[in-house]
Amino acid sequence: MLQERIADLSKYVEPDRVRREVYVDPGIFELEMQRIHERYWIYCGHESQVPKPGDYYTVQIGRQPMLMVRGKDRKVHVLYNRCPHRGNMMCGDRNGNTGEFFRCSYHAWTFHHDGRLRTIPMMESGYSGTRFGPDNPDCSMKKAARVESYRGFVFASLAEDGPTLLEFLGEAKIAFDDMCDRAPEGEVEIVPNCFRVIQRSNWKIFLENQLDALHPSVTHQSTGRAAHEVEKEIAKKAKKGEAPLSYHMLSAFATVTIDKWDAFQTLNYPYGHCILTGYMGLRPQDPDTLAYDKVMIKAYGKKRFEEIVGVNIHHVLLYPGLSVQSPLQQLRAVRPLGVDRTLTEIWHFRLKGAPEAIYRRSLAYYNLVNSPATLVNADDLENFYKCQQGLASQGGDWVTFGRHFGRDSEKPGVVETRPNMGTSEAPMRNQMKAWAQYMGNGR
Amino acid sequence: MKKNDVQHAVEQFLYQQADLLDSKQWQDYVDLFAADGVYWVPADPAHTTWDGMPAIFAEDKNLMTVRMKRVLHPDAWSQRPAWGTNHVVSNVRIDKVAKNGDVQARSRFHMMELRRDDVRHFAGSYTHHLKKTRDGYRIKLQRVDMTNAQAAYDYVLQVWV
Repeated sequence: MLQERIADLSKYVEPDRVRREVYVDPGIFELEMQRIHERYWIYCGHESQVPKPGDYYTVQIGRQPMLMVRGKDRKVHVLYNRCPHRGNMMCGDRNGNTGEFFRCSYHAWTFHHDGRLRTIPMMESGYSGTRFGPDNPDCSMKKAARVESYRGFVFASLAEDGPTLLEFLGEAKIAFDDMCDRAPEGEVEIVPNCFRVIQRSNWKIFLENQLDALHPSVTHQSTGRAAHEVEKEIAKKAKKGEAPLSYHMLSAFATVTIDKWDAFQTLNYPYGHCILTGYMGLRPQDPDTLAYDKVMIKAYGKKRFEEIVGVNIHHVLLYPGLSVQSPLQQLRAVRPLGVDRTLTEIWHFRLKGAPEAIYRRSLAYYNLVNSPATLVNADDLENFYKCQQGLASQGGDWVTFGRHFGRDSEKPGVVETRPNMGTSEAPMRNQMKAWAQYMGNGR
Repeated sequence: MKKNDVQHAVEQFLYQQADLLDSKQWQDYVDLFAADGVYWVPADPAHTTWDGMPAIFAEDKNLMTVRMKRVLHPDAWSQRPAWGTNHVVSNVRIDKVAKNGDVQARSRFHMMELRRDDVRHFAGSYTHHLKKTRDGYRIKLQRVDMTNAQAAYDYVLQVWV
């Protein structure tokens, strides 16, 4: 059955539409895990999450429970969270410190931080003359095939072959450059809290929404209007006549009306990565921003400073599982749980060397937009759920991505939306084109 | 006020607060907060202040008003499905009574929520800093520690717990 479907996958994706089964078929989901998530570069976490030797964080890559751990050699390793003896999960907690070595809770096999077998109780008497022991690699914890990090962001690939991390990220690596360059010290560090929210929908529905410039003024109108009303009230009462910037971040959903969203642009890259240019106007002239500008100019010089803050990005989508908002120093990692269930892990970062006020500004966005009590994503998740329900029906066979189809500007290595076509569904077309390539079509 | 009277008054206040939530009287609920009142649900039970910390909720009255107006907006799509809650508040303990009548109290809650056909349960503790006024208590700080503060949320919370 599954084999028949796989052979047929080429029929599922057309340049401007996709069959509904892609979102609801458990067999296709399994194949996605094999061919995409367990093969290409998946975000594990930030190096500052595991500062000390023995610090670990569990992370799901595709269907594989993994561990990101800091070794005594200071290197970050990514291992399968599994004892090679009887399969017991090595770390049962979400994060912690494993001490000098890993120790299995079942039969006390111990392992170095890089996964190598260290000791087995009564090893000599129990295992001499058998094929098991320190010389057999099958007696060590299995490592992710490849681990690389870029500017502190750790990725793993469970396949030996394939593009390097930088080849894979391509132009989309700007997500991390833009975030880190905005720090006077050129680095970010984790804010130690992860908001985790489950979406009752297929993982691709979330990714497709991230660069969908048509939806905000429809989906988020209620929040935009509510924030705009209160923003005006605060401005009226305040002496300086301005509400905190966080209100502007919310009211933009209503003040940027549906016809204005075409003014922005999306850039669409190989492997399904995409960029949405900025719209929130995060270069105000308030005292906090001016104080930050001063620190930045001191660190980088005027010319480089202008280049850095001139980068105009709202979202970078790194297919198949990461949505980065670099100017606000936050990201959402996507962990598919099943064909109709997706976990998002949402993190916020601090710009090293930047004034506290800048941290607080992006923290407000993290809390208001990305917390489990989000004022914004409640309506997105409701849409995603309803999409998933609708796609399970036989009321139609296709999902269409036809807006401005045929009008994109194709250049080597990038598909750009033309001026005043920001609501083009080019990002969704780009993602599904990449999806088909990942899944084995069109190679 | 005698000790038992304070206990009774605080309990009645907490029951009233729960009732306003369950009957969706949002403005009356917001009005229970003092002008400088804060509603806070820490992201982590270890947090000791909401200021500058990641928080599930950290709302002054202005932000509470944004949340209320959003929920009441006809195009708040996620509010369309029928939903309701039932709060039970108990284990009320008075920690401190100041000379001016201000009170610090702790209690436990359980909230059952029905949305479409799905039931969710939330539980945790409340810490209230109440200011005594001529119109009764007003909330200076309401801290809500969710038992599942660090766990994954299946969908989100749209209004105050």
